Amino acid sequence: MSASGIIFSNIHDNNIPELTGVRTVASVPFACRYRFIDFTLSNMVNSNIYNISVITHYNYQSLMDHIGSGKDWDLARRSGGIKILPPYITAYANSNNALYQTRLEALKSVNYSISRITDEYVIMSDCDVICNVDFNDMLAYHQKSGADMTLAVKNVQLDRETAKKNVIYYSDDEGRVNDVLSYPTNFEGNADISLNIVIMKTSYLRQIVLDAIAHNYISLTRDVIAKNMNVMNYRVYKYEGYFACISSFKEYYAQSMQLLHDPEARRSIFNVKNRPVYTKVRNSTPAYYSSTSNVKNSMVADGCYIEGTVENSIIFRGVKIGRNATVKNSIIMQDTIIGEGAFLNCVITDKNAVIRDGRMLCGADVQPFYVSKGMMI
Amino acid sequence: MYKKQECVAMLLAGGQGSRLYTLTEKTAKPAVPFGGKYRIIDFPLSNCVNSGIFTVGVLTQYQPLVLNEYIGSGSPWDLDRGQSGVRVLPPYQGKSGADWYKGTANAIYQNLDFINRYDPEYVLILSGDHIYKMDYSKMLDAHKERGADCTIAVLEVTLEEASRFGIMNTDDDLRIVEFEEKPKHPKSTKASMGIYIFNKDLLQKYLIEDEADPKSSKDFGKNIIPKMLEDGCKMYAYPFSGYWKDVGTIQSLWEANMDLIGDTPNFDLRDRSWRIYSRNYSDPPHYIGDYAKISNSLITEGCDIEGIVENSVLASGVKVSRGAYIKDSIIMKNVTVAEGTTINYSIIDSDTTIGAGSVIGRTKSHSEQITVIGSDLNLRPGSDIPGGEMVNAEWLEKNNGDR
Repeated sequence: MSASGIIFSNIHDNNIPELTGVRTVASVPFACRYRFIDFTLSNMVNSNIYNISVITHYNYQSLMDHIGSGKDWDLARRSGGIKILPPYITAYANSNNALYQTRLEALKSVNYSISRITDEYVIMSDCDVICNVDFNDMLAYHQKSGADMTLAVKNVQLDRETAKKNVIYYSDDEGRVNDVLSYPTNFEGNADISLNIVIMKTSYLRQIVLDAIAHNYISLTRDVIAKNMNVMNYRVYKYEGYFACISSFKEYYAQSMQLLHDPEARRSIFNVKNRPVYTKVRNSTPAYYSSTSNVKNSMVADGCYIEGTVENSIIFRGVKIGRNATVKNSIIMQDTIIGEGAFLNCVITDKNAVIRDGRMLCGADVQPFYVSKGMMI
Repeated sequence: MYKKQECVAMLLAGGQGSRLYTLTEKTAKPAVPFGGKYRIIDFPLSNCVNSGIFTVGVLTQYQPLVLNEYIGSGSPWDLDRGQSGVRVLPPYQGKSGADWYKGTANAIYQNLDFINRYDPEYVLILSGDHIYKMDYSKMLDAHKERGADCTIAVLEVTLEEASRFGIMNTDDDLRIVEFEEKPKHPKSTKASMGIYIFNKDLLQKYLIEDEADPKSSKDFGKNIIPKMLEDGCKMYAYPFSGYWKDVGTIQSLWEANMDLIGDTPNFDLRDRSWRIYSRNYSDPPHYIGDYAKISNSLITEGCDIEGIVENSVLASGVKVSRGAYIKDSIIMKNVTVAEGTTINYSIIDSDTTIGAGSVIGRTKSHSEQITVIGSDLNLRPGSDIPGGEMVNAEWLEKNNGDR
């Protein structure tokens, strides 16, 4: 029982345009020291999947910089390891030879790499799946049920806005998919949403891709799953643990804050026995709290230097918070400097921002104030 | 075939460090944790890499398990290399018998083959028990400029301190004219830091001669350096100014940790241009709870703090419960401190659990001694450990009956 991993690094780039202006969704910073893709990579590595392809699209420099040789995830290997597949435009991609838009188009463009996979199974995942899941369990379920394809879902309560950004699966009592709603514009209520984690046999994936090339199919959900669900055996795998579904800037903020207010969420991502989350090592020093610091209910990464007050906030690596500064309900990304006496409430600062002494910035929890990368205020 | 290296570093890491008591019971001194996320050996290794020296032999002997595991392939320091990199060199069995390393000089002698395969001009000798940041390439430049046979790094100390060190008496050009080991009446204040650069061919000659001398104690300070001086070799002192601390005792280890904290710390690790690298254990960010109060302290990833922490250094994965109070202390990896426990002026080694309502150590004062709690211990709730106590498994067994 062996599996290869395929990760889509650009799917959902439009969901959080603020944070993906300068990077792929895969490299969006999250939870003090991670990038989105760290969770999927760690899930794969912790499930003994050591042969991983990351399909990229555009803006992937920050992703390449983050992953490097893959060493920090134990993925720098002679055989297998991590492979970044940059855009590869072929006549197959689509009729006007532009970059792909969908997962299926992405798969078509890496047809050759797929043909070289020697593992029996493939696990395909998006890069913005924030959870700590054991793929081996899902794979065992897939084998036991005899499914042709197994799709991970989680039961959640949806409002109209989030429903628009999700794919909903309906299944019978045995878990066999019998209907699918793709990005419904008029849905609210309880539903099984797709985590965008899919398992199938490599041979079946090859068949799907070749079929898609032949028929110029574009969407995996619409042209493959919806079309074939009555003849093929597609099943859902119900994931029960914590899952952050980040489909908007507002959701990004809300899910970050949930880590502070819900110890169970924190535990189910970061303190699952034998399943650590890996990320790029930065060799920062431990965080320093001066005698004037006052920190409550916050997560703080290494390399920080804190002299001010911090409440209900997420502080990334290398952040400096000056004397008499107050940071509340905020997300302060890597190497940001908060000047003396500054006041921040509901603010997200991107990397390397500078907030000068005495500045006062306030957003609201439904619309946090965003300071872009490297900006000085 | 090996690529030539101009300079090979040999790091003496076999020392027992008996003055660190229970901290070195199962660990060689260079592997003793320091500053929250480091071990002592991270400093010389990072210095080597930052100085452009990528060939490092680490000579191990005493309790090497933790040290070997820590060094691993050398990847944390970028020393996992094919043509150079870090190599662990334990004592070995040879054709004519097996030998432990009998002294610092003998340890290098037994590994001349390792040095020679890189065909280096220079050999840098380092020890694994000092905390400092130093650019060895500048010292090598000085060595080459003067056409020296041997260069010894020296630190200015006070006259009172001088009698604890090997003291170099030099002329105005810094040429060493006399060497005194721990002199009662020091003539100068240039203390040897235990960092030597030798011309390889000359070092090899002296090591071979010294090995043949049955009366020699096979030590650089006692034998090789005095002999070279006697023979009129060109030996120079290389003055180093900056932070340097021998962490061979509980007191100095505690002080060196405390030197990292403060608004203007005596020893600053935050300088990104001279990074100190260490092995990473993928801990999550630390969490500071609603009831926590942290002041003048270093907190590492993986900690979960609900109590009060003052003037202390906490390593990764330390759990401090609500109502616990930690002051003037060093808490190593994965220690759990239960509710209502007070820890004063103490060093708590890794993976130890301290039960609720315990009192560990006494408030720091001139007359008070540092309390040390060993690793992997389980202190029952309500434990009271007096100041200056060195607690290990045997101590607990002996004293548990009393309580």
